Amino acid sequence: MKSEIENEMKLEFISKSANEAFARITVAAFASQLDPTIEELADIKTAVSEAVTNCIIHGYDKKQGIVKIFARLKENEILIEISDKGKGIENIDMAKEPLYTTKPNLERSGMGFTIMESFMDEVDVESVVGLGTKVTMRKIIKNKLENEESDDEFEMITKE
Amino acid sequence: MESKFYEEDKLLIFRITDEIDDFSVQKIRRRADYDIERYMPRKVIFDFNSVTFMDSAGIGLIIGRYKFAKMLGSKVELANLTSNIKKIFEMSGILRLIPITNLENEKYTNKIG
Repeated sequence: MKSEIENEMKLEFISKSANEAFARITVAAFASQLDPTIEELADIKTAVSEAVTNCIIHGYDKKQGIVKIFARLKENEILIEISDKGKGIENIDMAKEPLYTTKPNLERSGMGFTIMESFMDEVDVESVVGLGTKVTMRKIIKNKLENEESDDEFEMITKE
Repeated sequence: MESKFYEEDKLLIFRITDEIDDFSVQKIRRRADYDIERYMPRKVIFDFNSVTFMDSAGIGLIIGRYKFAKMLGSKVELANLTSNIKKIFEMSGILRLIPITNLENEKYTNKIG
């Protein structure tokens, strides 16, 4: 039995660190409609937390601004866009390099993009200096498919 | 976060009970540095058993405490990492410097807190 899921949501909040938990928990609650594993949910929460932290720490750099999140569920995939209207990234390739950080004095590890890329299936960064940055991430939720397969197996066993 | 110092072994154990992100990490860092400086332990163990979430802020937190402890002649170890947290530490390469320990072997499991 395959039920088609199609759903969308938008979220906007002020660029305060205290909102990082709010953002990742909200996106995870929305993603839970796809019936992900605990592991997959943890991956999504971590990736969202990294992207939102980047908006707050780097995009707005202590100034107040608005962070926007758009998420869409389609079949077994979640798409998440996280954007700010902050200062933008001059060199995206460099920003994505593991351990690269512009703020080492704040104990920033420079692993944000590396974590997003390894926890999600696809990460795309668009940025214009002075206008802002948008990170688009996709993740396929495999759990659903696996569950359906095991249901089929169960049916086959019970038929025999 | 809770901490307990075992005088006889000069062992300081931190049991982190918060989610670890850019927001919560500042409080954890301040408390950890305060206790490390106060007790001057031989070894510091961070117990992640009660940590339900961690992002890359945790990497900076542990590297920072490792450097601070090293300066004072003390070692750092990590305990009870979930698979997600372990994955994040592995990516950063810090597990080459900071070993994972099994707290259950260390007789301290039930004594903390």
